[in-house]
Amino acid sequence: MFEYLNIIFLETYKILYLLIPILVSVAMIVWLDRRVWALVQKRRGPNVVGPFGLLQSLADALKYIFKEIIIPASANKTIFVLAPIITMTLALVSWAVIPFSETFVLSNINVGILYLFAISSLGVYGIIMGGWASNSKYPFLGSIRSAAQMVSYEVSIGIIIINVLLCVGSLNLSEIVLAQKKIWFVIPLFPMFVIFFISALAETNRPPFDLPEAEAELVAGYQTEYSGMMYAMFWLGEYANILLMCAMGSILFLGGWLPPTEMYPFVLIPSTLWMILKILFLFILFSLVKAIVPRYRYDQLMKLGWKIFLPLSLAYVIITASYLYYFDLLPTN
Amino acid sequence: MAIGGKIFWPLISEQINHTDNTMIAHTIFFYTFSLIAIISSILVIVSKNTVHSVFFLILDFISISCLFIMIGAEFLGMIMLIVYVGAVAVLFLFVVMMLNVAQQKNQWFESRVGYSHMPLGLIVGLVILLELIIVVGGWKYKPNLILTSSISIDQKVTNTHLIGNVLYTDYIHLFQLSGMILLVAMIGAIVLTFRKRSGIKRQSYTKQISRERIESVELVEVKTNEGVKIDD
Repeated sequence: MFEYLNIIFLETYKILYLLIPILVSVAMIVWLDRRVWALVQKRRGPNVVGPFGLLQSLADALKYIFKEIIIPASANKTIFVLAPIITMTLALVSWAVIPFSETFVLSNINVGILYLFAISSLGVYGIIMGGWASNSKYPFLGSIRSAAQMVSYEVSIGIIIINVLLCVGSLNLSEIVLAQKKIWFVIPLFPMFVIFFISALAETNRPPFDLPEAEAELVAGYQTEYSGMMYAMFWLGEYANILLMCAMGSILFLGGWLPPTEMYPFVLIPSTLWMILKILFLFILFSLVKAIVPRYRYDQLMKLGWKIFLPLSLAYVIITASYLYYFDLLPTN
Repeated sequence: MAIGGKIFWPLISEQINHTDNTMIAHTIFFYTFSLIAIISSILVIVSKNTVHSVFFLILDFISISCLFIMIGAEFLGMIMLIVYVGAVAVLFLFVVMMLNVAQQKNQWFESRVGYSHMPLGLIVGLVILLELIIVVGGWKYKPNLILTSSISIDQKVTNTHLIGNVLYTDYIHLFQLSGMILLVAMIGAIVLTFRKRSGIKRQSYTKQISRERIESVELVEVKTNEGVKIDD
């Protein structure tokens, strides 16, 4: 009995050890996003609260906590309350399989990449539930848009994952990283990396694909009726999802925790720091795109997903498979 | 400070001894998930709000995929989540939300006409009941079914590899046949619902990009009192 309790205690400790830094970094990343965005547009950005404005997110969070939560009279109350909780939970649950170094991973499961894919495909429910339960026109339109958008871009992300899996021969995330010891997959699969990045933008409803919350057309999309802490939870979930997509991109293409080469100056930096640096690099790309690119029109978005990305990534699967087969490089075990 | 170093990150050996306590935990989880699955599948049928029943269906799918993972079929559990919960149920929800729920409720639950669907429903229900009886019977009377099957289950190989090994060797024809059926169904659905609407403006990227100044700008001399006709 004591042994069993000990295991539970250790697991709880590990979960907290992983979750608390992630929550703090989500808050910091919001600040970073706004700063990068402002720098591109030659503004200052949040620079008042704390040194360099670092505590801005904390101030925002305090403000959200003390605001009243308003539930519309005609809303479906249970689902309305459940929606932000589900978004937040799903965004945090998927961090369980992300490996930060060879040993620093909460659960090293065999189907890690499928788990990530499954959880990210569940993320759409928070948005649909929020939009429907609000019982109002704008949120509903936003959630319908988002459902169609996320379902279509999942397809191309799935096929890109197949590309990587062909080169690895395992669904385990740690093994995907270790397979990149010779060369990061970003070099042989560069077109797939670009498509993955753009699909990740669409999957997380980031600009230029933020149609579900297009403020010019839909007020704030599915979040219109939300206020106070519930709005903040949507917001946190969204940024946690963005960080997760960056982590996924760095594991699939940028070699996870591995340094560029096993040479002297690079091996000094601990592997976890490499992972964090790669996630940050991808995130800064995310926020640069937000600042630079104008929003897509809805039909353009659908056209890009189904008519360009899907055939391209399918063709690349065939190319990768035939290359590996012809040169007898297919991973076996 | 070592981030995630050995000091702060306890390493538990992978093999946890299957003592009685872990078995008890396993049983508790099994019954929790099965209870959720059964209750939510009953609520799918019982609840009058169609959107709620879709949500209960999703809960049912999720708990069943948890059960799959518990018996070690992790690949099947994940595929269940991705296909049913991530794609099929989203489209379900999509359709159900578009319908006017309140109106439909009145039509379906309060009208006294239209029992024509009853015989068909009874037949489908009967078939499902028979199938259930066969499944339960097979499980009851042949408990060591797994020993007689030709598939060798090796604990060291992950079940993704095992499924792949069986699916792409012994059953490759059936696999490709089902793929063809799905493809035909997809093309059929597209052909049935596709209609080319005329009189709407479409965007052609190649046309836009290949537009030159010479062919799109023209200097016209406008005569007085006659004007000029554009857009022809």
